[in-house]
Amino acid sequence: MSVHAIMPPLPARRPRRPIPGFGLSLGYSIVYLSFVVLLPLIALAMSAARLDFDGWMRVLTDDRVIAALRLSFGSALAAAIVNSVFGPICAYALVRFRFPGRRMLDALVDVPFALPTAVAGIALASLYAPSGPMGKAILEVFGVQVGYTSLGVTLALIFVGLPFTVRTLQPVLRDLEGDMEQAAALLGADRSRVWRRVIVPSVAPALVTAFTLSFARGAGEYGSVIFIAGNFPRLSEIAPLLIIIRLEESNYAGASAIAMVMLLVSLCSLVVINLFQALMRERLGHE
Amino acid sequence: MSEDRPSSACLQAHARRYAGAGDGPVLRLLLILITWLFLSIAVLLPLCVVFVEAFARGSDVFLSALVSRETLQALSLTLTVTALVVPANMIFGLSAAWALTKFEFPGKPVLLSLIDLPFAVSPVIAGYVLVLVFGSSGWLGPVLSELGVKVLFSTPGIVLATIFVTFPMVARPLIALMEDQGREEEETALSLGAGGLRTFLTVTLPNVRWALFYGGLLCAARSFGEFGAVSVVSGHIRGLTNTMPLHVEALYNDNRVAAAFAVASLLASFSLFTLILKFVLERKLPDDVREAERVR
Repeated sequence: MSVHAIMPPLPARRPRRPIPGFGLSLGYSIVYLSFVVLLPLIALAMSAARLDFDGWMRVLTDDRVIAALRLSFGSALAAAIVNSVFGPICAYALVRFRFPGRRMLDALVDVPFALPTAVAGIALASLYAPSGPMGKAILEVFGVQVGYTSLGVTLALIFVGLPFTVRTLQPVLRDLEGDMEQAAALLGADRSRVWRRVIVPSVAPALVTAFTLSFARGAGEYGSVIFIAGNFPRLSEIAPLLIIIRLEESNYAGASAIAMVMLLVSLCSLVVINLFQALMRERLGHE
Repeated sequence: MSEDRPSSACLQAHARRYAGAGDGPVLRLLLILITWLFLSIAVLLPLCVVFVEAFARGSDVFLSALVSRETLQALSLTLTVTALVVPANMIFGLSAAWALTKFEFPGKPVLLSLIDLPFAVSPVIAGYVLVLVFGSSGWLGPVLSELGVKVLFSTPGIVLATIFVTFPMVARPLIALMEDQGREEEETALSLGAGGLRTFLTVTLPNVRWALFYGGLLCAARSFGEFGAVSVVSGHIRGLTNTMPLHVEALYNDNRVAAAFAVASLLASFSLFTLILKFVLERKLPDDVREAERVR
């Protein structure tokens, strides 16, 4: 007697019970997000919408506002450029070479993420202030003042943005070593050709991502910057600080306008980078 | 003919010679030197300064700064805020990840973008928008003050501001991991007769516990150190609404530099400790989840 004869016939396929909790989890998430993010951002949009065209013009042509926006975005751009040069070098050396202190340096890369911004801020300020050890040395040797100038702001933003580039590039470089570079070398490409045709093109998309992330983060950065900036109006006053100053003056319209401009620029840069990534994926998929 | 084709081990050794050590010794040395120099100046130096300056005026100043009434009050406020923010974000993260990864519904990308949004918002703006909602001339401010609830310049406002900047840190690793894991195990548990809650507690939660701890850790570290957002809503009332980072700022601006660095060194030690924990937890997460989160 075969086993099948004594077993009751199995149902062809048991209808699957749907996973429960859709309403509860989605509902709770939406309520939470609405209170924490959506409602406040709508309040910002409404507050900025209360300004008419002339009001916007008045805020945006104020030279103090222009100077602050230029400082925040300009320094963020400069810092992102510096990090796009040194970040890849660090990432490459940390992934490819074995050298003394490598593990410590690799761990150090995470410090700017982990260190509270105010702590980084006072540390940088006391180092690079004109009376601080680094600030004094640079002033004497190069005749350039770092603390309380836009240079100091850029320096703080280099610190803040550094992990973005290194950490974004490391996995890409690690993957590359395994197959693409070996294949290229096996096929007879010399090292400079491997660099030109394999390493640089593969790393470029990740570098653009890292550049944008570090730019967006730097433009809005507050804690690590205000101590080293010195906050002189029109000279070293960053845009987030000006929002706080406007708020303290109860000038909500002025604060909202600056906040709106900053928000739109960071959102736009993030949208552009997402489009760029989609484009890259598509191109790589077709090739 | 077959002798012309090298064995695969030989191929790999050949390839490694070109790829692994392909860069010449001069280039190698140069790149290593630049890395050492850049990371030492950019990161190691500021980190060391925190501890050097903390003890610059001797251990008496250091200790008295740490045990002063204002420092202890700032510490207790920071701990309270972190203790409220982390569980709130964990519950949200689990609920959002459950909704986003176990079901298909229209508008998913919108929800995902909303979760990513705080990364694009300056912390100062995060604090400012809360003032617009809960301030005396805001939408909810007047209603809540009628009810006797004070949000701005007190703990609830600081908690809300911290939640705004930290909630993606818990939600994102959970979403990435649960997306990876799919819904098969839950479906199996359900088809074997387990209820929804039991499935969640005995199947889903153990599966994602490391991602949950990981997100919670990142969130706690940031809650401890958040400055910009909290600075806008706290009102800087000494001994009352100053968190640890705000207390550091107050001391520094009072020119009590050694005391400021003493408190800062405590915060820095805490963040170094969370970094170590983070490295340990990262080993327990799949590569793609970990690498997606490392750049945040």
